[in-house]
Amino acid sequence: MVDFDEIRARANSEWQALEKSARPSIFVGAATCGRAAGAGAVLEAINEALTRHKIEASLTQVGCLGLCYAEPLLDIVKPGRPRIHYGNLTPELASQLIEDYLIKDNPHPELALGSSGDGTLPDIPRLYELPVLKPQVRIALRNCGLIDPENANHYIARGGYSGLARALEMTPEAVISEVQKSGLRGRGGAGFPTGLKWEFSRRAQGAPKYIVCNADEGDPGAFMDRSLLEGDPHAVLEGILIGAYAIGASEGYIYIRAEYPLAIERLKVALRQMQDYGLIGDNILGSGHSFHLKIKEGAGAFVCGEETAMIASIEGKRGMPRSRPPFPANSGLWGKPTNINNVETWANVSAILEKGAEWYAGYGTEKSKGTKTFALAGKINRTGLIEVPMGITLEEIIYGIGGGIPDGKRFKAVQTGGPSGGCLPESLLKLPVDYDSLTQAGSIMGSGGMIVLDEDNCIVDTARYFLSFTQAESCGKCVPCRLGTKQMLDILEGITGGDGKPEDIDLLQRLSNSIKSGSLCALGGTAPNPVLTTLRYFRDEYEEHIAERKCRARVCPALTTYYILPDKCQGCLICLRNCPAEAISGDKRMVHVIDQSKCIKCGVCLEVCPPRFSAVAKVSAEEIATPTEPVPVKVSKPGKDTDSK
Amino acid sequence: MEPDIKQQLGDILSDYEGDSSELIPILQAAQERFGYLPEEVMAGIAQFLKLAPSAVYGVGTFYAQFKLTPTGKRTVKVCRGTACHVRGADRILQEIERRLGIKPGETTSDLEYSLETIACFGSCALAPVMVADKTVYGRMTPPKVAQILADSN
Repeated sequence: MVDFDEIRARANSEWQALEKSARPSIFVGAATCGRAAGAGAVLEAINEALTRHKIEASLTQVGCLGLCYAEPLLDIVKPGRPRIHYGNLTPELASQLIEDYLIKDNPHPELALGSSGDGTLPDIPRLYELPVLKPQVRIALRNCGLIDPENANHYIARGGYSGLARALEMTPEAVISEVQKSGLRGRGGAGFPTGLKWEFSRRAQGAPKYIVCNADEGDPGAFMDRSLLEGDPHAVLEGILIGAYAIGASEGYIYIRAEYPLAIERLKVALRQMQDYGLIGDNILGSGHSFHLKIKEGAGAFVCGEETAMIASIEGKRGMPRSRPPFPANSGLWGKPTNINNVETWANVSAILEKGAEWYAGYGTEKSKGTKTFALAGKINRTGLIEVPMGITLEEIIYGIGGGIPDGKRFKAVQTGGPSGGCLPESLLKLPVDYDSLTQAGSIMGSGGMIVLDEDNCIVDTARYFLSFTQAESCGKCVPCRLGTKQMLDILEGITGGDGKPEDIDLLQRLSNSIKSGSLCALGGTAPNPVLTTLRYFRDEYEEHIAERKCRARVCPALTTYYILPDKCQGCLICLRNCPAEAISGDKRMVHVIDQSKCIKCGVCLEVCPPRFSAVAKVSAEEIATPTEPVPVKVSKPGKDTDSK
Repeated sequence: MEPDIKQQLGDILSDYEGDSSELIPILQAAQERFGYLPEEVMAGIAQFLKLAPSAVYGVGTFYAQFKLTPTGKRTVKVCRGTACHVRGADRILQEIERRLGIKPGETTSDLEYSLETIACFGSCALAPVMVADKTVYGRMTPPKVAQILADSN
């Protein structure tokens, strides 16, 4: 039998060797998003530079630090120096950096985002003092971007599995009461108290008992769970083990989207390491407690994020929800007691058992304790994966951490909770982010997608987008959801398509209420939320679409017209050549004209028109007088201003 | 069933015990091997798991991942997540539709390309995103579509 103290001592010495090494250490952020941003090429360039200069250094691939706007990311630690974090790298810059910092000792402060660890360096700010990180409290994401997710020793050396070791010395009831005291609520969206859920499963009769980790992160616009599993899988797995011990579960499943291949791979690697260390399987760490865990890949159905649908899917059936009660705590997988929690919840559990309920409850508000991760995206300067204490305001997140709206545009709304949530307006920016405040405002916390919309986004189009998603994902079991969402979508398509009727708004309200009350599961129960919140806060935009056939954001194609301005067009042929619909007529030095009956409103003409001419206008509910046939351009300009390709 | 298909299916099924909870993993493995789920393969799986063919077909049609018709050599997927939507995913999709002459869920007649839309890849920070085969392309613009389709040829 392996002793945990022994495992920890070995892990510590490996971590110390890395931290206090006489060789430099290099870390590259290589999660899915880092790779998409070009981390692979950066890695190659670093390897090449190390070989070329014969530098001995350790090179580690880490997960996501959450600074997605600055990907690809690279950290360098020289012996006795703080860790320097670099962002926005290209292979060339990375290669240069290796040569200049490691050989010539020039740390290139202009490329650095900041430094962390012991000591400071001139002209490089402290990373965690930056506006993007200072308000954050990283509990679930405590190791993401800092450790090698494929090395259990890194996790253990940073306190990992000591929560499990502590739990195994407590009674299961004491573990449950610890989680209850922490105030942790389910991070999948609904916010049910985690400790209470566990107590139901603990008390339920039947064997075996099952644990399920919900990693079916289906909300479009949400990537918290993916990043967490890619960057620190053991934090989640340790939480699952603690839950299994507390409930008395002997079998478990991780239900994960097939769209997350890297996260699946990382989980598999982590499970093999746990087996080697005796952390999973029979008689875990000599406690007499046994637990077996399997990975189940989803097959692409949003509704499977719902507990009872997920259970059906694990059993190999169509993933359709059923009515509750009985709740899964009493009758879940194969009719046995089953406890389901989401990825982030599990990662919080391991931290709570490591550091204690009181420490955790010190963060957050009275009813929403601890922290929440958010995937911050859309029209925002610093997109990223963030973790903030509950109770922080939307404004602090969007303008503080996110750095506001790009290109000097005006904020319009923030969408939380994905297809089950809603759009909140500027007047609610001071709203504290906690379960109850968001629900009162008509949205929900949800799993953590947070998408910022600016003045160029149409609110009716956004509602239509979400309804098209829920309509396509409705499993079809409940009539109000299956047919009601279709009717709502038809109405919204009518409004955005220029065929809106004044009575549509009332009809949308009535349909929303019927669908909410007539659906079994949360998919139907929350599907109308995007429409209800936008009607509540942005009713004037709906009315404009209907009464004036106007889309103020100029997004809805049917309500938008493109014109070539005769006093600005220089007859350069660029838009004419690029128009995919061949809707533009004209000739060299002749004012071009769009045939509105052929125009498909793709906007290519607006994009390709040289900025020095800016001759294409996009308007809604407005007409601009243009010639019907091409006419000679009015002002003669020197030849260099025209295109002569 | 053609002998070749029968043998390949037998290879796949030899990894499983025959419990009905294995249906989805078996369908995933079969699709990985054949590129889609031919009718006789689904029938063979039903027999193996002692399920009605309709039950297997029901699961095959329920989940977005499963294809019942052959797919192209290359698959282009466009993310329709929220972040991608607000950053112009529709225009990326339109451009691909126009260039390939197919709609999402369809395959070109030469079986070169299939086009799909995906609810969300979770690479929202790089929106709009598309995936050609297994490479993720972020911060997409319509002109980049042409380049990527040309490169993958």
